[in-house]
Amino acid sequence: MPREIIQEASSLQAPRGRYLKERLIRGIFFACAFFAIIITAYTIIIFAMGSAPFFESVSPFEFIFTIRWSPLIEPFSYGALPLIGGTLLTTGIALLVALPLGLLGAVYLSEYASPNVRRALKPIMELLAGIPSVVFGYFALLYVTPLLRNIFPDIQFWNALSAGLVLGIAILPLVSSLSEDIIYAVPRSVREASYALGATRFETVRRVVLPAAFSGITAAFILGMSRAIGETMIVAIAAGMTPVWPPEPLRPVMTLTAYIVNVATGDAEAGAFIWSTIFAVGALLFMMTLILNTISYFIVQRFREQYE
Amino acid sequence: MKTSIVVPSRRQAQRDDLSSLGEPILQTRQLSLWYGKQQALDGVTLDIPKNKITAIIGPSGCGKSTLIRCFNRMNDLIPGVRIAGEIFYHHKNIQDPDVDPVEVRRRIGMVFQKPNPFPKSIYENVAFGLRINGFQGNLDRRVEGALRQAALWEEVTDYLHKKSGLDLSGGQQQRLCIARTVAIEPEVILMDEPCSSLDPIATAKIEDLMLELKRDYTVVIVTHNMQQAARVSDFTAFLYLGRLIEYGPTKKIFENPDKKETEDYITGKFG
Ligand SMILES: Nc1ncnc2c1ncn2[C@@H]1O[C@H](COP(=O)(O)OP(=O)(O)O)[C@@H](O)[C@H]1O
Ligand SMILES: [Mg+2]
Repeated sequence: MPREIIQEASSLQAPRGRYLKERLIRGIFFACAFFAIIITAYTIIIFAMGSAPFFESVSPFEFIFTIRWSPLIEPFSYGALPLIGGTLLTTGIALLVALPLGLLGAVYLSEYASPNVRRALKPIMELLAGIPSVVFGYFALLYVTPLLRNIFPDIQFWNALSAGLVLGIAILPLVSSLSEDIIYAVPRSVREASYALGATRFETVRRVVLPAAFSGITAAFILGMSRAIGETMIVAIAAGMTPVWPPEPLRPVMTLTAYIVNVATGDAEAGAFIWSTIFAVGALLFMMTLILNTISYFIVQRFREQYE
Repeated sequence: MKTSIVVPSRRQAQRDDLSSLGEPILQTRQLSLWYGKQQALDGVTLDIPKNKITAIIGPSGCGKSTLIRCFNRMNDLIPGVRIAGEIFYHHKNIQDPDVDPVEVRRRIGMVFQKPNPFPKSIYENVAFGLRINGFQGNLDRRVEGALRQAALWEEVTDYLHKKSGLDLSGGQQQRLCIARTVAIEPEVILMDEPCSSLDPIATAKIEDLMLELKRDYTVVIVTHNMQQAARVSDFTAFLYLGRLIEYGPTKKIFENPDKKETEDYITGKFG
């Protein structure tokens, strides 16, 4: 090869230092990602080991499908259905609040609000997200329940209804801000197409924007649901500590998370069998949220593809 | 008023530019527009003739899109837009408070620069405008008619309901957008660089289509492709820096423009 060409070609190479820097940066990112994986794997192992003694004496079938939960008082019984029911009841009530309000809020913010109003409202919503859940818990217990007593005179001090309603308010910012991002991401050109055909704003929202954003909004709802299932303080404080089957809105219930708090803050000894029950309940909770998050992940993937 | 276009002698053309237009369907008078503080149109006065193709040409950023978006009040959707001057449709000022922009848009349709089909089936794309307008007749027949008019029917007849508008090629998407627009039988069709993202074959199809559409519709097309303007349009307006520099029969604008800027632009000295 002629000499000049070699020289020219070599001048195209990057200075040595750049490679080093690139590699270092890549290494740091890799370490971070790897760390997250390690932590997750470690958590799963801890769950498996912690709940092993439990599943040695209780079958998963009995655990998930029987209806008496009495791990502390004899005769012992380990049917987690009352806990699952309590969780699903409070979560269901929360979704009844968060879905319509979250969707309306998201549509309002992205389609109707002027830029100024949006600028003012978004931080307020984020403020709501920043309220510690213990505050929400006492708000439910000391404010919402007495209020509800005007409508339902025989509502009990601890009850699923007020915890669920406040839980709904607590996940509202998440649901509406995720939905808003998704609605906002529907390309402007598609909205313009609708307006140019003589659609009104409402027709555009209902027939174009929401259908286009449907899968994304569903994913946002599922994430909200998964948050509600995992939420602890509000239900532990306001929903009660009574594992009953079937759970009822006006009466105390016990959620999966509330059980974990109850045992973890009680005086059961580490190493005792009772300790392994909270790992089992935790594993169940983990499975539920993992499944929901996975579903939502795939739905979001599909939504992305739609416009590419 | 005369409706036919005679190709006039040079002198006569200068005098007759506007009278040779025939009955105007859209008119602007001293139209200026600002995006916030930035002015995009500056005193544009222009008559668009009925059942003709009018091309708006000019370099990128000169306000072509802004101008045609005034005709169907699409600029209403952009916050911070301020308009001065008048825009008439059949001699009615469409900026008047008693005019509903939704009604305006039902009569003045628009095809956009980038094909923007809805993420719905081909059929639903075309039926959309009819559904929201509460169309009572035979929907299937109307959808077919619109797709035929847009020269797309043959290519999509087998998957009207199966394929999404987004599954089509770029050129097909743009014809779908045209079908969607003609389905509601507007009087005017505004096209904003409808071929800028298409290959030459698809472009040729759309140009043929425009000539077809001329029989039933008034077409206003924005283009920065001078050959296209020369090929399809009856009248051409040259816009530069938000001002209407020159307007007249296409032949005259291309062969014998009055203004130096027009000539420079047409001959490719800038743009
Ligand atoms: N939505 C908008 N907000 C602010 N400025 C805009 C907007 N749309 C266009 N403009 C500005 O107005 C001028 C004219 O734009 P446009 O009408 O799109 O030009 P053209 O279509 O001729 O390329 C440009 O300077 C552009 O930057
Ligand atoms: Mg443009």
